[in-house]
Amino acid sequence: MSIPSDSVVRARYRDPGSLVPDSLRRDSLDLPELSELQVLRHYNRLSQMNFSVELGMYPLGSCTMKYNPKVSEMIASSDRMKQAHPLQPAETVQGLLSVFHDLERYLSEVTGMHRFSLSTAAGAQGELAGVLMVRKYLREHGGEARDQILVPDSAHGTNPASAAMAGFKVVKVPSDASGLVRASAVKELCSEKTAGMMFTVPNTLGLFESEVAEVCDAVHQAGGLMYYDGANMNALLGRARPGDMGFDIVHLNLHKTFATPHGGGGPGAGPVGVTRKLAAYLPVPVISKGKGGYSLDYGLPHSIGPLKGFVGNSAVLLRAYIYIRLLGADGLADVSSLAVLAANYLWKSLDPDAFPASHGSELHRKHEAVVSVKSELPGAALTVAKGILDYGMHAPTVYFPLIVHEALMLEPTESEPLEMLDEYAAALNQIYREMKAGNLGEVPKNTSVTKVDEVKASHPLTLRVRW
Amino acid sequence: MRESQPRHPLLPNLDESLVSRMLERVGAASVDELFSDIPDGVRLRRRLKLPEGASEYEVRRDLQERLGTNRTPPDTLCFLGGGVWPHYVPAAVEAITSRQEFYTAYTPYQAEVSQGMLQSLFEYQSLMCDLLGMEACNSSLYDWASAAGEAARMAARVTGRGRVLIAGNAGPHRLSVIRTYTEPMGLHLETLDFDRSSGTLDADDLRHKLSDDVACVYTENPNYFGVLEGGVAEIVDSVHAAGGLAVVGVDPISLSLVKAPGSYGADVVVGEGQPLGIAMNYGGPHLGIFAVKDIKLARSMPGRLIGITSTVSDPNRKAFAMVLQAREQHIRREAATSNVCTNQSLMALAAASYLALLGKDGFRKLGEAVISNSHYAAKRLARVRGVTSPHFKGAFFKEFVVSYKKAKADRVYRQLARKGVLAGYPLDRTFGLKAEAGLYCVTEVHNHRDVERLAGALEEVV
Repeated sequence: MSIPSDSVVRARYRDPGSLVPDSLRRDSLDLPELSELQVLRHYNRLSQMNFSVELGMYPLGSCTMKYNPKVSEMIASSDRMKQAHPLQPAETVQGLLSVFHDLERYLSEVTGMHRFSLSTAAGAQGELAGVLMVRKYLREHGGEARDQILVPDSAHGTNPASAAMAGFKVVKVPSDASGLVRASAVKELCSEKTAGMMFTVPNTLGLFESEVAEVCDAVHQAGGLMYYDGANMNALLGRARPGDMGFDIVHLNLHKTFATPHGGGGPGAGPVGVTRKLAAYLPVPVISKGKGGYSLDYGLPHSIGPLKGFVGNSAVLLRAYIYIRLLGADGLADVSSLAVLAANYLWKSLDPDAFPASHGSELHRKHEAVVSVKSELPGAALTVAKGILDYGMHAPTVYFPLIVHEALMLEPTESEPLEMLDEYAAALNQIYREMKAGNLGEVPKNTSVTKVDEVKASHPLTLRVRW
Repeated sequence: MRESQPRHPLLPNLDESLVSRMLERVGAASVDELFSDIPDGVRLRRRLKLPEGASEYEVRRDLQERLGTNRTPPDTLCFLGGGVWPHYVPAAVEAITSRQEFYTAYTPYQAEVSQGMLQSLFEYQSLMCDLLGMEACNSSLYDWASAAGEAARMAARVTGRGRVLIAGNAGPHRLSVIRTYTEPMGLHLETLDFDRSSGTLDADDLRHKLSDDVACVYTENPNYFGVLEGGVAEIVDSVHAAGGLAVVGVDPISLSLVKAPGSYGADVVVGEGQPLGIAMNYGGPHLGIFAVKDIKLARSMPGRLIGITSTVSDPNRKAFAMVLQAREQHIRREAATSNVCTNQSLMALAAASYLALLGKDGFRKLGEAVISNSHYAAKRLARVRGVTSPHFKGAFFKEFVVSYKKAKADRVYRQLARKGVLAGYPLDRTFGLKAEAGLYCVTEVHNHRDVERLAGALEEVV
């Protein structure tokens, strides 16, 4: 890229480098020298070595890899979005703030919460905000000694990690044989040390936690707060709301349920919502509406503070707002109906002898289905996962949840047409038959590289190239 | 499901006949039956109170109107900085990050079909290591502030110490986030004085406060005032003498002309990657930089790392994969180095392609354009009556503080905005400056006519 250079300024500063003090002047910098076309060819080629939602079915369980509407990209690429500076006066950015204000109301309605902070950058940061609020609220209400957070054994790893970051000890809640958390098990673990519980509903097995209301009661009675991990909210839009179940705090993954692109690993957005009693504890800033219009409010009296430098992942928030507008109340309810229908359909299309359900086979799945790969051989789930790549489709999540042997976790989402679900199930069944018969061979074969040696890579000396 | 089903472009299976076929295989009489395990007491028995679904055209038109009221470049001038800066984003960077193969993918769990993102992130790590003079860089955190928070946590973990010293001239936004991140660890945060004349860190105050219980010292170079810390090498040395880690926060654009932090001994570098080809986006998505000097610290780092390896069948066939995953939450759970999962990968891709497009010569020229434009502007503003520009005497890179003899900083900032110039973000009161002052940022996107407009507007409001 050529650099703009103002001739009037250039005439004044002939040796700009000398403006840097001697002690700090850089004497060498190694960067590649390439033409624009070379750079584009490089990345275009790399992009062809990358699987994506728009290339094929991507039923990565827990990640909700749905289609990301193009119009969102179009709108988010406006200069009015891209060139807005987070420190510009609120009165010069009322349009965007009004969008955020509406988004906050929509998310509150969807979840049954009182107020949201849109500032957290991803689900895990929303979780951290949530447990920090638990900590602060309890400390201000005589609960300093409460240092335990209950986390089911089926939970995502981010839950215990977030609880630990907030200074809590993690108490594991076992799931029962049908894969559900029982209120009786929670009661047994509750004590005067209980600060709260992080609970994912539906859980990572794709099952609705039928005793969720009783679990919330049990933790509340013990003096703790209930945190809802919204990673799986795509199952429940318009069907049930965490606020009505008894939760105090909720985070949502906008890159999952609300169709913002996953960006090859990020960015996402993980807004966090709370009931009225916790509203003053939200991470700042929140969007406020007053006489002078909308503003960024840093003045919440009990806030845990900010977790991100500026506002939030605003361009992601805008896309989520667009998605909600495109679907509306009925459309969002259809999203969950069809996502759940697709997960059950895919599950029932699999050979049950090859891929037995790990838990609760009599229960309907919600947004995803978890099965085991039946095999005497270790690594069967990995083999099946690598095998499906050869069909031009992405693997399910494997070896999670940890409580499932040789787990495949399938989340087709509402975006996948019926014929793709059929194709995917047929491919998995076929791979299993070939694996069983011993003629699958080395997989994958049709990918840009064959099976990657991930063990060899786990050495820090492989982290950078030197040129 | 609804009574009469219209088709919807985002919902391919909405058609009643498809639903029936699917229900048949599932063995359920209705879609509602699939939700029958939701107990009555928690079931929502009404429609969500949300607007009706709208067409793509209607949504687009509504947002064009609403966003249209935002005042932004190109028809408004932006001289704001403070951790997010107006720089030009090359068209080729946008072309690359707009490829759906990258942006609609997720975390590269299946390495064989994710080589594109994995190699791009590996190249990002490598380019950043060179730029920063570090040995290991992760593939991104959320932003500068949260990266600084993670750095303080890591320093406390690896040193087993409980005090964190933070430069008093560091960004207040970073300081607040470091406080939020470290509060549960019970760390004791103290700020370090700065010299009121130069704007640089007060090395005597640092020496006074350093002791063997200090986990790390966090400094920024350039600091929040835009001033370059000429004595940073001595600061780092004294931190090391006390056995702590030196954490340095950077604006990566400054490293076009300024020494790599690794060359003056920084142990951890954090920073904001936004100026490397990423739009300001009203605060995000941005790019948190996190890198370490000592390769041994890589095992204590937060965030994803990509490494180079080979295929199983051919040791000569290069391939890329996520490495050292045993640090991360999905494996280590409550003992993980951080809870981070979703990161800012697409932004790391933008930064890597940006550096590749500029190259060695382009990146140096960019730095020269930035530093000369900002000095030109500071001098021009000095001719405006009633202001001191730059307020601090220390050498600066692209931002500088302007103080006002009579006017209130907040009023100047708001009045300038009314005149179509976003500039002079008021300095936080916690800095304890005697004068009213604001922060100005000038980059390669500004020319001398823009500076003239800024000076003219400032003249009218101070």
